[in-house]
Amino acid sequence: MEYEAVIGIETHVELATDSKMFCGCPAHFGADPNTNVCPVCLGLPGALPVPNEKAIEWIVMIGLALECEIAHRSQFHRKNYFYADQPKNYQISQFDVPVCSAGMLEIEADGRSTRVRINRVHMEEDTGKMIHIGGGGRIKDADHSLLDFNRSGIPLVEIVTEPDLATPQQARAYAQEVQATVLALGVSDAKLEEGSMRFDANVSLRPKGTGRLGTKVEVKNMNSFRSLERALTYEIERQTAALEAGEQIYLETRHWDESAGVTGGMRSKEESSDYRYFPEPDLVPIEITDTRRDAIRQGLPELPAARRSRFASLGLDPASVAVLMSGGLELAGIFEGACEAGADPKTIANWVTGEVTAFLRRESVQLGETPLTAEHLFELERLCAAGDLSSTAAKQVLVGVLAGEGSPAIVARARDLIQISDAGALATQIDQVLADHPEEYQRLRDGDAKIIGYLVGQVMQITAGRADPKVVSSILAEKARG
Amino acid sequence: MSSPADLTLAEAAAALRAGALSARELLQATLDRALLTEAELHAFLTIDHERARAAADAADEVLARGETTGPLHGIPVAVKDNMVTAGVETTAGSQILAGYIPPYDATAVTALKRAGAVIVGKTNLDEFAMGSSTENSGYGPSANPWDTGRVPGGSSGGSAAAVAAGSAMIALGSDTGGSIRQPAALCGVVGMKPTYGLVSRYGLIAFASSLDQIGPISRTVEDAVTTLEVIAGHDPLDATSYRGEYPQYRSSLERGVAGLRVGVVTELAGEGISPDVLSACRSVVDSLAEAGATISEVSLPSMEYALSAYYLIAPAECSANLARFDGVRYGLRVEGATVEEMTARTRAAGFGPEVTRRILLGTYALSAGYYDAFYGQAQKVRTLVIQDFTKAYEGVDVLVSPTSPMTAFELGSRTEDPLSMYLVDVCTIPSNLAGAPSISVPVALDVASLPIGFQIMAPALGEEVLFRVAAEVERASGWNDRRPPLVEADHGV
Repeated sequence: MEYEAVIGIETHVELATDSKMFCGCPAHFGADPNTNVCPVCLGLPGALPVPNEKAIEWIVMIGLALECEIAHRSQFHRKNYFYADQPKNYQISQFDVPVCSAGMLEIEADGRSTRVRINRVHMEEDTGKMIHIGGGGRIKDADHSLLDFNRSGIPLVEIVTEPDLATPQQARAYAQEVQATVLALGVSDAKLEEGSMRFDANVSLRPKGTGRLGTKVEVKNMNSFRSLERALTYEIERQTAALEAGEQIYLETRHWDESAGVTGGMRSKEESSDYRYFPEPDLVPIEITDTRRDAIRQGLPELPAARRSRFASLGLDPASVAVLMSGGLELAGIFEGACEAGADPKTIANWVTGEVTAFLRRESVQLGETPLTAEHLFELERLCAAGDLSSTAAKQVLVGVLAGEGSPAIVARARDLIQISDAGALATQIDQVLADHPEEYQRLRDGDAKIIGYLVGQVMQITAGRADPKVVSSILAEKARG
Repeated sequence: MSSPADLTLAEAAAALRAGALSARELLQATLDRALLTEAELHAFLTIDHERARAAADAADEVLARGETTGPLHGIPVAVKDNMVTAGVETTAGSQILAGYIPPYDATAVTALKRAGAVIVGKTNLDEFAMGSSTENSGYGPSANPWDTGRVPGGSSGGSAAAVAAGSAMIALGSDTGGSIRQPAALCGVVGMKPTYGLVSRYGLIAFASSLDQIGPISRTVEDAVTTLEVIAGHDPLDATSYRGEYPQYRSSLERGVAGLRVGVVTELAGEGISPDVLSACRSVVDSLAEAGATISEVSLPSMEYALSAYYLIAPAECSANLARFDGVRYGLRVEGATVEEMTARTRAAGFGPEVTRRILLGTYALSAGYYDAFYGQAQKVRTLVIQDFTKAYEGVDVLVSPTSPMTAFELGSRTEDPLSMYLVDVCTIPSNLAGAPSISVPVALDVASLPIGFQIMAPALGEEVLFRVAAEVERASGWNDRRPPLVEADHGV
């Protein structure tokens, strides 16, 4: 029997607000353990939560970007479960009335566009972090565990899709589009490797063409877009094999093991948890008037889809647009910066999607970790346009700039790549080439225009590529005419 | 005059300002009184002599400059031990918090300090404020100053007993289902539960967040007004804190009740109420009529279900509120092989039977498949109670009833039967469900010479009319700050 996969994705996005969701503690990464804490985020007796208005505004922005309906009145609920990293042993989350519901995100994958329905976008708080010492680094066999509550109470937005995705490739495209959207809104770092954006996938199989949903398995612990795609591919294969062998699929949570390339069951005794949700009595309902919602909508920045079509309208091919829009939007940012300064979009796009991307991959660094700026790209493009650099030299200069050798002008000079376009300066080299190649010189004088290309090549060779081939060519053409 | 410990707040404040009394003398009289009574009463869990003396001395220095810092300047105040106090052990009456030293002050405690109060110590309570007799304290019960073989009521029994005995001039209590008013009634003092949101809950160790409210316990209605004016106010640290105007209530005290419409709650004036309590309350109602109020009987049909609804909502909220006591970060820890085992052992050892019972009840009421039948249904009853009140207040300005169906009962007489203990709160619970203000004023003694409390209820934010009627009840009853026998011996010392 042929099966088809049904995939839904839950995305957790840590908001990059200055302070935490329910207290005034800084919400930034990197502080010493348990320094960004207070009675509220430590769950001390008597402490009460007060909602972060900025976070509420930002979740509305996310909801609007995902074309959701915004509830006039939504409610926080307590989600009850015991875990040592959760100071109150309940999480303030949302249940039946989330801030945003019934949205949509369009993605491009498998050569077509798919509309992914968003079920809900809700607000909650993050837990603390546990570090298990000894054993295999897992809670089960650890000797002891350390707790860091700096993360406790950081605003977390959960975006839940309907089961509208059919392939791992679509899932990946969806995840990348959510990241691009969140980054465009400027509400999160959305870094998968740091956990400020996390994806969990629900996947089930059903006989192709049927409508009923099979038993779903939740897959967690994917730390990159690639591992999301790999994990789903593996899980679909696993479930297919199981079904074909006549086995049953169990409702469970499975962890993706990146190095082994497999998902593993949690073997939990109790699979269906009862979180005993009830309305959070310490908080009043969140009220969002139409006026406030519309004001937030007015302030929305350009979203990825619009940006993509704007890039296309600049004459960029779809492949270049896709590269520019990937990887945290840093490439798109530097591209636009250079274009805004007045550089030619196509040239910049070629460099960014070519040399720059290759450099980043080769060196395993992020654009932000290199000294390259939009101003550098603009300067480089100007040097080319002015004829001071050949296109080949420009690419070498770009690598030099990325490697930290200085601005384009400095690198060009230091690497001796400035193009010689001055006819006077080139005369000596041309004369030498003609002297060295009497036969060809004769053909030139006989009016054989075809020999010009060969002679230009010779000049380029003795000038180490620095001669402006156009100038050389026109000088030679003049000599041919005699 | 006898001991300064028997002065009212108003009298003491006047004496302090006049220089007739120093804060240190007043504190010493209060501590002496505690020394005399604590062995029998056990009203306090902690008496903080050192900090109290330092605060009194500081108050005297300010007085020496002819200044005061606020309305409670130099006044010895007790705080129920479910409000956190920076640097002073706070247990909420539970062994699970034995030795716990909070790093911050509850907002209400900060307000007391800003007003110049001298905090004497932390008073005993039913564990996590769950109970009506203080017998559920993890540190042993308190006794009633009117008869030390009897309970002081609860859960703010320590606060009520301390104020009645003079080991504090005023005290803070918390009221979730009657925990200020009922012990005030049983100890012959004034106890007031303000409108929900009027006093910040920040730093109040939560029992049932949607019902909990801090309020004053005092010897007179005027002292309750003074204290409430100090602790009421918007607090940005409490999202349920009231954001509107906070009026002064003092002018209510002398306005009388002429023209006010007083409704006697039918459901709280018959079955299950002791005859002495009923007759005392009837004569108070008669005197209100004489003072110019119009009296009518008002039926609140949903009262019948209020108690049941309360005993679903409060345990449900407490089951989550008390989840944080897990041995991980603070308080008691009983070691185990795993985190789960450690937490289970810690909670089993740290919580008393009543708290355990309510956590179980609440957990059950919120469970999948039971939520609608229990918690959901209880919330509907709560809505009905609010509607009943709203309808009633179309015809009357205040509602009145006994505070407690009975006077102080003997220690141990109800501990074996939780349901009979729950019934003690039948008159006080509706105001908590409605989030409305309510006050208990002592009005008479029963045949056994035990105090009887009269309850007045007003609509949300109706504190002004509440205090008008309370002041009249206080005048008309002729109670006149009667003192319990336990402290009469100290008179003239």
